[in-house]
Amino acid sequence: MTKCHSGFSALPQFHNLQELRHSASLATKVFIQRDYTEGTVCKFQTKFPAELDSRIERSLFEDTVKTLNNYYAEAEKIGGQSYLEGCLACATAYVIFLCMETRYEKVLKKISKYIQEQNEKIYAPRGLLITDPIERGMRVVSFFSLQSDVLNAVEVYKSQTAVTIITDGEDTGLPERRTVRLSFV
Amino acid sequence: MLAARVTRRWEKLPGKNTFCCDGRVMMARQKGVFYLTVALITGTCALFFGFECPYLAVHLSPAIPVFAVLLFLFVMAVLLRTSFSDPGVLPRALPEEATFIEMEIEAANGNVPAGQRPPPRIRNVEINNQIVKLKYCYTCKIFRPPRASHCSICDNCVDRFDHHCPWVGNCVGRRNYRYFYLFTLSLSLLTIYIFTFDIVHVVLRSMDSSFVLICFFTLWSVVGLTGFHTYLISMNQTTNEDIKGSWSGKNRVQNPYSHRNIIKNCCEVLCGPSYPSVLDRRGVMLEAPPATTTAPVKSTTPEPQTTKTTAPLIPNEHTPEDVKPSIDTTSDKTCPASEDEKPHLSQFPPLASPDTLEPAGAH
Repeated sequence: MTKCHSGFSALPQFHNLQELRHSASLATKVFIQRDYTEGTVCKFQTKFPAELDSRIERSLFEDTVKTLNNYYAEAEKIGGQSYLEGCLACATAYVIFLCMETRYEKVLKKISKYIQEQNEKIYAPRGLLITDPIERGMRVVSFFSLQSDVLNAVEVYKSQTAVTIITDGEDTGLPERRTVRLSFV
Repeated sequence: MLAARVTRRWEKLPGKNTFCCDGRVMMARQKGVFYLTVALITGTCALFFGFECPYLAVHLSPAIPVFAVLLFLFVMAVLLRTSFSDPGVLPRALPEEATFIEMEIEAANGNVPAGQRPPPRIRNVEINNQIVKLKYCYTCKIFRPPRASHCSICDNCVDRFDHHCPWVGNCVGRRNYRYFYLFTLSLSLLTIYIFTFDIVHVVLRSMDSSFVLICFFTLWSVVGLTGFHTYLISMNQTTNEDIKGSWSGKNRVQNPYSHRNIIKNCCEVLCGPSYPSVLDRRGVMLEAPPATTTAPVKSTTPEPQTTKTTAPLIPNEHTPEDVKPSIDTTSDKTCPASEDEKPHLSQFPPLASPDTLEPAGAH
């Protein structure tokens, strides 16, 4: 199994959605905003945006957003488990957080698995992808559509040692051409 | 063969924070007062352990210094956690999100005649049957969530912003308010403890009481601060809201976040879940040397073409014109054999572009 040093491995399979997601920056994006009617708990609006009208069924979209909202509600629930975690952590002067994962972090892992699964099963076949809200500061769930020329750029890397990828510049956010040299060991 | 250098996100974050330990530690730029805090606490405790504990351990009980040590360690642990953790910084909007928000604002405001100032960017939301105004942050290009505020010292929007504490060298916000409160509480207890045993020591040995005086003044300020924050927690308010008088006064909105029950409010703030950081500090950014097949080892980072960082007001294209042609030519140069390998993917229709939206009532 070859491994390259640039931060991502040469994958045997096509359609690795992580790579597609990072590369699909030329497409239009739709942002689902937060719903603050119940206070500062993390909840997203379930109102169906007009731009997605022809791309995805309303019920699927609402299901996804409602499930995400349920996950976040579970993470932020103030009850027996959160008290126990808080008291235990306080008793150890919060040193325990250096070794233990908090309940919220566990739920976040579940959420990212759920989003990946939704992308694979429902959204990618319709040419859409969802980003995990944690990557946008929990402000928005963004949907964007894949363009075929961007998919081509990703496909190229399978056979080359250098590849041009079009990604979001992390500080500018505008599409940038980056050429990455892969070294194989 | 070259290896790409790993750059972590914290190196490129905007804002005036300083980072240590490869992004694990996050503090404000001015750290002088924080060092003073550490020095004062450590110094006072060292004097206590050095001069008074030997006498007290022998004549009263060895448990006295042991408890003092435990309390001192707890104080330092929560202090460092308050100072080093992310207070709840909201990352700035990437240009696409900023553009999307700008378009919504333009749509809501309609056409502003030339010469007139556009109306302020405010969004009204209803929270627990009260109308709360969300302000737009021009620096971060987001509508601030409720209770968030922009810290001018750190140049970040912080969620549930309480205040910027120079003693702790960091902002106090949603993620570290609990630790800050426990720091003031445990420091009060430690100061009272030392003060009490100072007096006992002075009484037992009839020694001079100058040390006691220092403790006395520290005690009142720290205890006072603890009392103030206990009040804030029981009302579920932040220092920022209290100072601005957001929820006080007859014609003002009542606090929509309070559960109207002191126990519930305290539980929410102190026993709530530990929120994760939404600021990606340790993520790896892709950096690459330029694409040549015979390039020697280069340690400097390349500069792909980037255009200006501010988002245009109403874009027609998401790709700047000067980047587009160069994308095609470079891909031809580096991937000469790829033409026959390009798969034929079905064309997905693009999403409705911003220009097709109706100007009013689209959302």
